[in-house]
Amino acid sequence: MKHKLLDLSRRILILLLVVWTVVSLVTLLIELVPGDPATATLGEEATPAQVEQFRQKHNLDRPAFFVSYARDEQGQRNFRWHGMNNRYIDYWSTLLHGDMGRSFRTDRPVIELIMQRYPATIQLAVAALLVAVSIAIPLGVVAGKNRGTWLDNVLSVVALIGISMPGFVLGPLLIYVFAIQFGWLAPSGRYHWEDIILPAVTLGAALSALLTRMVRSSVIEEMGEDYVRTARAKGLSEKTVVYKHVLKNGLIPVVTILGLQLGVLLAGAIITEKIFNWPGLGLLLIDDGIGKRDYRLVQGCVLVISVTYIFANTLTDIIYRWLDPRIRVS
Amino acid sequence: MNRLSKFGLVIVGFFVVVALFAPLIATHDVGETDLLNRYAVPSGAHWLGTDATGRDVFSRVIYGARISLRVGLVVVFVSTFIGTIIGALAGYYGGWIDRIVNGYLFNVFLAFPGLLLAIAMVAFLGAGLNKLILALCIIGWVGYARVIRGQVLKVREYDFVQAARALGASDMRILFVHILPNAIQPLIVQASLGMAGAVLSEATLSFLGLGVPPPAPSWGVMLEEARDLSTLQAAPHALLVPGIAIALSVLAFNFIGDGLREYLDPRQRGR
Repeated sequence: MKHKLLDLSRRILILLLVVWTVVSLVTLLIELVPGDPATATLGEEATPAQVEQFRQKHNLDRPAFFVSYARDEQGQRNFRWHGMNNRYIDYWSTLLHGDMGRSFRTDRPVIELIMQRYPATIQLAVAALLVAVSIAIPLGVVAGKNRGTWLDNVLSVVALIGISMPGFVLGPLLIYVFAIQFGWLAPSGRYHWEDIILPAVTLGAALSALLTRMVRSSVIEEMGEDYVRTARAKGLSEKTVVYKHVLKNGLIPVVTILGLQLGVLLAGAIITEKIFNWPGLGLLLIDDGIGKRDYRLVQGCVLVISVTYIFANTLTDIIYRWLDPRIRVS
Repeated sequence: MNRLSKFGLVIVGFFVVVALFAPLIATHDVGETDLLNRYAVPSGAHWLGTDATGRDVFSRVIYGARISLRVGLVVVFVSTFIGTIIGALAGYYGGWIDRIVNGYLFNVFLAFPGLLLAIAMVAFLGAGLNKLILALCIIGWVGYARVIRGQVLKVREYDFVQAARALGASDMRILFVHILPNAIQPLIVQASLGMAGAVLSEATLSFLGLGVPPPAPSWGVMLEEARDLSTLQAAPHALLVPGIAIALSVLAFNFIGDGLREYLDPRQRGR
């Protein structure tokens, strides 16, 4: 029990450290912008007054961090202590107030823009997960049951192709076949329920290939266990043996991978959303944030995507440890 | 080596030859547009057809191999170098160095989507080949450092290391002359898989407009330019050719990595 609590508090400590690092990174990233973010946003033809107003409004006129090591008027570099009155503290305090500042371009609260898009991304990730599972389990079972046959080999090759085919190749190919050639589905957008099919397949394909391989090896391993012989000996049909006994046990490792992959799906969703013009966080980040140099928006998107990813991973890890006592010990 | 990794070696060798001799193989200038000949299907004049501005797809995909392999090699080399040093120091000295590296850095980098970090960095730095390479190195070194740290922890307990210490060898000599040469085998596997990752990341970032800026013939840029509906409809080959190139090279490096792992770890053979 003590061991378990210690382990949990260690995980939470790491989680907090990671979140702290991510927020710090996101805050300080804006210092990487070559030149002045104000000029980069307003353009070269902005008047000095406009630039000054912009800098004031978005707190860009304040020191970036507790200390600075910048050149003064004489060109001398020296350390300066700015105290708590800096942008790093500003960003933390806005975050802790449930805010993320205002967008440089649209002047709307960043959190509002993100919340509008968040559901679409989660919807896409979950749909991709469903696609992956519903392809992987039957294919993996068939391949595992027929180990070493031509069917197994064909499925292995298909899975390999699926793993190495990046979404930005598969996506446009699917658009070509199903939107342009057959005209069954819309090439982009999120207007009808069926619009999610192509993005979900694109995002889920690589995962389904990975899962197929896992289900296959899991099934092969379980088929050699004693309880399978017992089940067969008592006269159960092969179908019952495979689907009721083997699959139940074989799915445990698959479930973990699934949880860990939810984070990968979130990152992959950025590209899928771009391909299909799917109005989620990724598209917000790429088109409105990076495309229009709205640095405050980029900060918010990166922060929300990473924190979602971190929480999904930690949650899976904790649930998994709780479900399977064998892992707690090892 | 198994069959698949031999196949991988052949494909990689092919891409290397193509990249090295690109100027001799290419039939057209990569930037040469020909507006009268847009969306041309593969023919004798244009072996793999032309794209939306009449550029020769064959020549561009050949030159694209140069960009991909260059990014891959530089990223893998630099990441391996940094990762080896950090991982070796953490594994050898332990203590507070190890606590920072293993307890903090590894956890942070593992808990954070690497691609997103690269996207964010390039978003603030601006697009460009060197910035792309920098971003990929920053997310890339961790994998190598983890592998090396684990190996060093194991090797430093071996008798010959104790013997070297008894003979009065310095820490640096023990680490770099005695331990590292016996610890770097798994790095080769990691480097091969790292090539696949770097090639894929380069294409991804270029596709998003955050890597090599167009009109450079990066495979990612070619895909991005070929995916608008009118081009897709008129010239699907402009998408298919760079797509196959990316998938094949990623597949090949993964095959080599898997093959090497099996070769170095006999327990995995025959699975």
